[in-house]
Amino acid sequence: MSALTAQLPGLQVVIPLLGAVVAAFIRRGTIAWGWATLITAMTPIVAFALLIQVWTGGPISYHMGGWPPPIGIEYRVDLLNAFVLVLVSLVSAIMMPYARRSVAHEIDGDKQAWFYCMYLLCLTGLLGITITGDAFNAFVFMEISSLSSYVLIAMGRDRRALVAAYQYLIIGTIGATFYVVGVGLLYLVTGSLNFADIALRLGEASAVYPRPVLAGLAFLFVGISLKLALFPLHVWLPNAYAYAPSFATAFLAATATKVAIYLLLRVIFSIYGVALDLKTLPVSAVLYPLSIAAMFIASILAVYETNLKRMLAYSSVAQIGYITLGIALMNQAGLTGGIVHLFNHALIKGALFLALGAILYRAGTIKLEQLGGVGRTMPLTCAAFVVAGMSLMGVPGTAGFISKYYLIVGALNAGMWPIAFLIVASSLIALVYIGRAVEVAYFRPVSSAVAHAKDPPLLMLVPLLVLAFASVYFGIDTELSAGVAGRVAETLLSGLKVGGAN
Amino acid sequence: MTTSLFASPATVLLAGALALIFTRGMMRKAVLLAVPLLALVLVWQVPTDSVTANYLGYALIPIRADALALLFGAVFALAAFLGALFALDRTSTLELSSAFVYAAGALGVVFAGDWITLFVWWEIMAIASTLIVVCGGEKAHGPAFRYALVHFLGGVLLMAGIAGEIAMSGSATITSLKPDSWPRWLILAGLLVNAGAPPFWAWVSDAYPASSWSGMVFLSVFTTKAAAYVLMRAFPGVEILVWIGLVMAIYGLVYAALENDIRRLLAFAIVSQMGIKVAGIGIGTPLALNGVAAHAAAAVIYTALLVMVAGSVLRQTGKTRLSELGSLAHTMPLTAFACMIGALSIAAFPLTSGFVSKSMIIDAAAKQHLAGAWIPLMAASAGVVLHAGLRLPWFLFFAAPRQRIMASDPPQSMRIAMALAAVLCVVIGIVPDGLYVMLPHQVAYVPYTASHVLVQLQLLAFAVLVFYLMREWLKPQPGITLDLDWIYRHLGARLARGFDDLTAGAWTRLVSGINGKATKLHELLVTHHGPAGTFGRTWPTGTMAFWTTFLLGAFLLIAAMG
Repeated sequence: MSALTAQLPGLQVVIPLLGAVVAAFIRRGTIAWGWATLITAMTPIVAFALLIQVWTGGPISYHMGGWPPPIGIEYRVDLLNAFVLVLVSLVSAIMMPYARRSVAHEIDGDKQAWFYCMYLLCLTGLLGITITGDAFNAFVFMEISSLSSYVLIAMGRDRRALVAAYQYLIIGTIGATFYVVGVGLLYLVTGSLNFADIALRLGEASAVYPRPVLAGLAFLFVGISLKLALFPLHVWLPNAYAYAPSFATAFLAATATKVAIYLLLRVIFSIYGVALDLKTLPVSAVLYPLSIAAMFIASILAVYETNLKRMLAYSSVAQIGYITLGIALMNQAGLTGGIVHLFNHALIKGALFLALGAILYRAGTIKLEQLGGVGRTMPLTCAAFVVAGMSLMGVPGTAGFISKYYLIVGALNAGMWPIAFLIVASSLIALVYIGRAVEVAYFRPVSSAVAHAKDPPLLMLVPLLVLAFASVYFGIDTELSAGVAGRVAETLLSGLKVGGAN
Repeated sequence: MTTSLFASPATVLLAGALALIFTRGMMRKAVLLAVPLLALVLVWQVPTDSVTANYLGYALIPIRADALALLFGAVFALAAFLGALFALDRTSTLELSSAFVYAAGALGVVFAGDWITLFVWWEIMAIASTLIVVCGGEKAHGPAFRYALVHFLGGVLLMAGIAGEIAMSGSATITSLKPDSWPRWLILAGLLVNAGAPPFWAWVSDAYPASSWSGMVFLSVFTTKAAAYVLMRAFPGVEILVWIGLVMAIYGLVYAALENDIRRLLAFAIVSQMGIKVAGIGIGTPLALNGVAAHAAAAVIYTALLVMVAGSVLRQTGKTRLSELGSLAHTMPLTAFACMIGALSIAAFPLTSGFVSKSMIIDAAAKQHLAGAWIPLMAASAGVVLHAGLRLPWFLFFAAPRQRIMASDPPQSMRIAMALAAVLCVVIGIVPDGLYVMLPHQVAYVPYTASHVLVQLQLLAFAVLVFYLMREWLKPQPGITLDLDWIYRHLGARLARGFDDLTAGAWTRLVSGINGKATKLHELLVTHHGPAGTFGRTWPTGTMAFWTTFLLGAFLLIAAMG
């Protein structure tokens, strides 16, 4: 047993990777789905085991192939990435049962098995980025997840999916290139690719080569910002989310951007923050205006959008703004808010996109003007949408409220009450776009498109309801979300060379 | 812990509200009747020990029960059942669902052990009750808006007070407070807004009569009584409440005696009855608090009964003005009978629920030698006999109308609801021990002593005499010519009109100005944020690459300068 426990970090990545390889040999969609579900279901077990181990015993260092770092690749699990591992694997595992009907409905029979193969590869990449302690290894996993997600998006029925995937490919490649340039610069000045090792040597190197160190941060920051769709680098996201197959949208929305945000946290707090004084670096100065612009501009874009998937995609950009705002605050409450919103937003957006997928499955459209009265014909689906939507707005008692509460406290602790006000003001815009959807769903006469729709089959309904329930549950029991996020924020801030404010 | 949270009376009613949206026909009727009964059963399942939860660092007690909470919880659930039964063939989903949410809010308030939980339910009540008023139709929109404003004002006062109280005491638990700091005064003010206290009391007579024939039953029960309940918990024995209560009692009395519209008359009667309770809370002795609890329980039932009667009359005749109604006893015998029982109860006639409860409060005032409170309370009791006990049933059901009215008793479900409420009034009056054992304090009180009965009968006899002598004067007039009323209606209206003319110009300019600005803003937003706007349309890949480079450059520039 202990031998297995010692191999857990490796298994976290190897299981889905081998799963993807096996899935490539399967031709039948249903079998591939069963296989992918089985594989995905194993990943949260490993992730939870890791989280418990880290929670009680501190960080784990796992040497891939027995080669010690900094030469060999190190998988390093601390509280932050154990938390993200749990999030990614758990949300994926909850969503998987949903995939079968939705994918069968939206993707041609001969391509379904490939879809699951690509999905597993993407999951491998995301878990790999999260778990690895090696900067270049993270790049490799980033490419794995990116390439497979281009395929996932391109499989959408809509022909515009191809263009969206192409655009994402170009932009994603620019992002990955920037990242690898940044890693290269760091390697040049420190001679190491291991995160912890770079952090150790960066202080010294910075004294000798201040410019390359800063340039390295700039490339890493911009490269990762493209991946996490920081405003105004978000433009690939709405199309990609809108035209991808429903399941791919829900999966990517809940996990991909979150992993990119994790990487940003890692670069800022575990590398640069450990070696240098973060206050002298332009991280917050850049993040504040862009986060606030995202919160408002993307939210207003969502208000005027009639394609519900695009509406939620813009909403995602806005919500990412809240997370990066929490990062910019760099104090205990603010960072807790950012990290807990990473978790909560994954659940909320997952639920919302699954609800849209269910509506597309039954009614064949997600255009707002054609969905009059859908609340009456698909009661449970729309109820889940409303619940998750309330959580998105941050209604007290929901998960979204917890995030915003910590963010507001963080802003107040930082002495920036205008930002606290902006958080509340931008939340009101979410009320408008969610309210608009609710108005159409419940108060309009039943339209022809939805007249014969009904709630989706149980296999789709249950994951949706579970996520919707979770987006409320974590507003009441905040032990796993805010509790862990608080500890993570504490650890990150205490590791800084120049401690963050309170 | 989790079971009691998820299967509490409030959550069951919330689930019921959801179920009402998706059910029609017989299914809906089953839900309407079964859910409040289930909630009633669950009232006794609420744990009496504190169930605590930790929320953002505060220890919350989302649900806990004691004797007082059990009594109010049971009465509220019962009232929800009676209201639902009465509204059985009402088709408005919004009103019925809101009514259940409203009842859930009231039950949530009753079982809340801390201020934060209480506030959440409090606001749920405010929103749901506003929606019920809205369901009164086109004419209800103005009153509903004013109702919402008053309650959000009350909510803001309460929230500010709660925030201050928690900040100062460090604990969110609801305990008995003395108003000795500004947060506590704010809490008290917030509660009094909902209790119908001056100066905001007009919301009761403004909003309640605007609701539908079924909606007012729910409205008459929850908001004011829940406020009385929280006042009992938080501010027992605060002397200022005695005087506020007396002012309410007399104010309600005077206006009820002059009012022509039966539903407005009942709204004033509610304020008057609330005044007696608020005064009782101010007295604050165990006997007085027992009296308040008993009176609240009795008042919920008989007020609901009278409101149902008014609702039946409205539904069957389409009229609510006393001056246009009369002699309905022949055509609506059961409604008339129910009205008599309700009227006797509110008049505290022996053998009714009003007698066994109201006399406790008055007795408490006497025992404390509060003559200043005792006399107005007696006067209020006598007055209520006059306006609600005699005037309402007499002119509604017995006096000859100006023109013949075609009417009949309402449908079966409404008749059963009224009959049940009437039976409850009498049963409580005859066997008060069932109510007394549920009271919060152990006090031996015997209602049927010779002196109690005699005093009350004297009072009633005197009131009947006054009514007989003054019946012409009390006759409802379409254009009533009484002094006070004239001041209220005409001078006030004239002043208002003058003020109106003065402000109308400024207001129109302001509104059109805002409208113009809003339209411009909207156009600007669409240009930039619409699907085809600058930000909304899909950018070419090159533009995105440009912004990427731009951001990189900006980052480096800031870094170089920093």
